[in-house]
Amino acid sequence: MNPIVIVGSGLAGYNVARELRKLDKEAPLTLISADSAHFYSKPMLSSALGSGKAPEAIAMNTAEQMATQLNATVRAHVHVTAIEPAQHAVHLYQETLRYSKLVLALGADQIRLTIGGNAAERVMTVNDLTDYTQFRAAIAGKATVAVIGGGLIGCEFANDLTSGGFKVSVIDIAPQPLSRLLPPEGAAMLQQKLTALGVDWHLGTSVTAIDGDGDHLRLALANGETIKVDVVLSAVGLRPRITLAQAAGLKTSRGIVVDRNLATSDPDVYALGDCAEVAGLVLPFVMPIMHSARALAATLAGKPTPVSYPAMPVLVKTPACPTIVSPPSAGIDGKWNVTADAEGVKSLYQDAAGKLLGFALNGKATAERAALTPQLPPVLA
Amino acid sequence: MKKWQCIVCGYTYDEAAGDPEHGIKAGTRWEDIPADWACPECGVAKADFEMVLLAA
Repeated sequence: MNPIVIVGSGLAGYNVARELRKLDKEAPLTLISADSAHFYSKPMLSSALGSGKAPEAIAMNTAEQMATQLNATVRAHVHVTAIEPAQHAVHLYQETLRYSKLVLALGADQIRLTIGGNAAERVMTVNDLTDYTQFRAAIAGKATVAVIGGGLIGCEFANDLTSGGFKVSVIDIAPQPLSRLLPPEGAAMLQQKLTALGVDWHLGTSVTAIDGDGDHLRLALANGETIKVDVVLSAVGLRPRITLAQAAGLKTSRGIVVDRNLATSDPDVYALGDCAEVAGLVLPFVMPIMHSARALAATLAGKPTPVSYPAMPVLVKTPACPTIVSPPSAGIDGKWNVTADAEGVKSLYQDAAGKLLGFALNGKATAERAALTPQLPPVLA
Repeated sequence: MKKWQCIVCGYTYDEAAGDPEHGIKAGTRWEDIPADWACPECGVAKADFEMVLLAA
């Protein structure tokens, strides 16, 4: 029998394999990875510096260890060049694999903004362990970092780099950090705590040009300011990897379009994680991956299982201001009701009848997560 | 006393320290933690943790 083939060795790919092995220890399984196929904690990439972890320490298992653990073939450093669903075939460089079922766990790319200047290509992004190793090498012995993007990843890096002794400037087009997740009051607390740590903010503006300036990089901002730093890191958002699926004729939109069983427009090809659009939702977070992996493993083991998402609060790893958010569904009608004191901000997104639809907790208010989460509607019932 | 590590976020559960903030007393062995306990850092279920042996 042809193996189940999983493309991608991130949390999504490896977790489908782990969950499948809980249900079926023997089904032939092949995992293909474009990188070294180390299993590592991606969330740790934006929190490792402050906790004194070297990039090597983030990897938990090698490809060989994972292959043994999962009773699977793990192919590292292999690129998939094309998929032919009609033939149940995955084309690699000079080789073709046949699959029984195919799982796309391709992840997402960091969005790169178009920026002028003669050094714009020196902007770094961190999307995997390889990027992170390069980033850590680039900042070694340096003092200043500009972070483009004040969202979740940008704020986590700002906190982590500052804790690690760097002087950090954050630039974001929005007037506040975490503009898509926090109401202004919560954002103000986060901003103030990170400022107290040493973070320098340039909000409501953007980077227009980056030019080399001796050993430094000079950023010209739209508001007329300039910043001189050693390294520039961009974290402005993720774009699902859909080109492989698109070229194979699979239905795509923002992500690879899948149904509640995580099946693409071809019934033997599935997708999950940051590359997938499940019932219209692209949710590049840990919890949706865990739920999807469990459901998909059951489906692959022969019991078709639709995925459902409970409320899934997201923890923002900014120790300077602990923050947990459970954003309301897009387009849902309600308003933020905020209570704040010196130690925390509790923001509840409620409808006219007072029903809780989402929340954002900062500082001491994060202690209320456990009590509030059960009151939230499921993300996907 | 053992230490366990969350495979998702790297959070370490130290049996000696427990997780008093979430109702787990210091000294609570891994097997005695209720199944509905979740990683305080990233929220994954107890089943998604992996054991890390205490170095000392």
